Amino acid sequence: MAIDFSREVDYVARLARLTLEPAEKERMAGQLSDILDTARRIQELDTSAVEPTSHVVDMPAVLRDDQTRPSLILSRVLQNAPRRQKEYFRVPSIIRTDPD
Amino acid sequence: MKYEVVIGLEIHLELQTLSKLFCGCSTTFGREPNTNCCPVCLGLPGSLPVFNRRAIEMAVTVALALNSCIHPQSRFDRKNYFYPDLPKAYQISQYDRPLSGGGFLQIEFDEEVRNISLERVHLEEEAGKLIHSGESIMGSEYSLVDYNRAGIPLLEIVTAPNLASGREARLFLEELRSVLLYTGASDCKMEEGSLRCDANISLRPAGQKELGTKVEVKNMNSFRSVELALNFEANRQEELLSAGGVVVQETCHWDEEKKETIPLRGKEGSSDYRYFPEPDLLPLVLEDSFINQIAATLPELPASRRVRLKEQYGLSGSEAVLFTVNRPLGDFFEAAAKLYSDYKNLSKWVRGDLLYQLRESGKTAAETDPQKFAELLTMLDGGEINRPVAKELLTEMVLSGKSPQKLVREKGLEQIAGDEQLLPLIEQVIAENSDAVESYRQGKDKALAFLVGKVMAMTGGRADPGRLNEILKEKISRG
Repeated sequence: MAIDFSREVDYVARLARLTLEPAEKERMAGQLSDILDTARRIQELDTSAVEPTSHVVDMPAVLRDDQTRPSLILSRVLQNAPRRQKEYFRVPSIIRTDPD
Repeated sequence: MKYEVVIGLEIHLELQTLSKLFCGCSTTFGREPNTNCCPVCLGLPGSLPVFNRRAIEMAVTVALALNSCIHPQSRFDRKNYFYPDLPKAYQISQYDRPLSGGGFLQIEFDEEVRNISLERVHLEEEAGKLIHSGESIMGSEYSLVDYNRAGIPLLEIVTAPNLASGREARLFLEELRSVLLYTGASDCKMEEGSLRCDANISLRPAGQKELGTKVEVKNMNSFRSVELALNFEANRQEELLSAGGVVVQETCHWDEEKKETIPLRGKEGSSDYRYFPEPDLLPLVLEDSFINQIAATLPELPASRRVRLKEQYGLSGSEAVLFTVNRPLGDFFEAAAKLYSDYKNLSKWVRGDLLYQLRESGKTAAETDPQKFAELLTMLDGGEINRPVAKELLTEMVLSGKSPQKLVREKGLEQIAGDEQLLPLIEQVIAENSDAVESYRQGKDKALAFLVGKVMAMTGGRADPGRLNEILKEKISRG
């Protein structure tokens, strides 16, 4: 099917904060089209008699007791942080103010 | 045109568990930054969340207290968005199959009882805490992140859009807070962020069914701010609409300093959270027995307590409210009422002198013995002590915890009961204050009070003022 999915790719890329090259966009638009085709084929099945599930394992969640356990030491918590300041993770400006 | 204000609230509540919702990290407030963190709440690869049973129990308790219908099976979903306080870039939350649906909370508004309906109650995880380098998020060069809070169980309560004013919203929140405190699910400290409230507010022409364009108001840090912010926003929208303008759907921050709502700029478009079922968590299945057990242990809630206090003790509406909002004081009243049956008088003393003494001394009602308090009032009623002495004893009793009987003996404060002890003193005062006696004879009642005071002083405050009055009057009229 020759539907152009480049707008959808742009949208998903923006939500995922990804910058894509034109060639990547084109490739992904094709992949997205294939994925949606597959989904469409699945949708053709009559599932009216099938109970919807959200999980492949048919069992309820287990619950644990409300007990504390030791946390990681600070140096381990921060070890992968690109930037840190004292005991904190440091992140760049969250909302840029408009130039106007 | 006349407009009608429509408000819906979204309340977030940190549940007071010991450990976080999906891991064993402590929830203690005020620890060194990033020391209550582990691979699960930091969202490190390979870690898996496991439900905290206590959090589920508390969530069910609150939902039941709010008359919300618990779903036997609910599901957790990932809410995807990028924000530095969210370590996994998604929040584990609930979407289309929440913990419970519907519900209501009763509030009294201008003597009228109103049921505020609820949409749902659901459970999710708390985000981390951001500290901005500048004064606010806007224009801050960088921000610091503390993930101690990330993963604390957070309960979201959503009302239907059926509150009609800032004041009504505030009353609802006050009643909700009361209910939440009674269930023990949260300490409800807005200043520490354990209770937060966002609001959606829109206007529509009176009588119209369809809702107008809404504005979301955030950053209200007290119930008072909620009232002020919503009233401000209602006025702003009304002026705008009356002038032929249109309301733009947006998110605003309440500015506590300027007392106005300020649109949050720089937030691009509407969010797309791409919810999908959390693959790391199986559906939450709540057996009837689990729900029934919690329902059976549900404490008496504020609304029924108020009604019961009025019926059982003949208290007024405002007394019942005080003894419900101030739960320890109400518990004290009820404990003392088991031993002292003049409830009106008991209530008067508890609300007045006791409350005052507790405030003065910094003691709590729970530290004071209701039995000794009942004893004190019984002694006063029986004429063993007089009012000023009773008040003095109460002060001592609250401070030292000693019984009033013991204090009276220690201090020699028993009321002088026999006239024979009073008579010589009265005669002495009459003899020494002939001017005052003369004034009283000429009709000045104040002079009698002066003479009573003189005798009272001589007894160290231990005389019965009523009896003293009688004898003095009699003596003067006869003499």
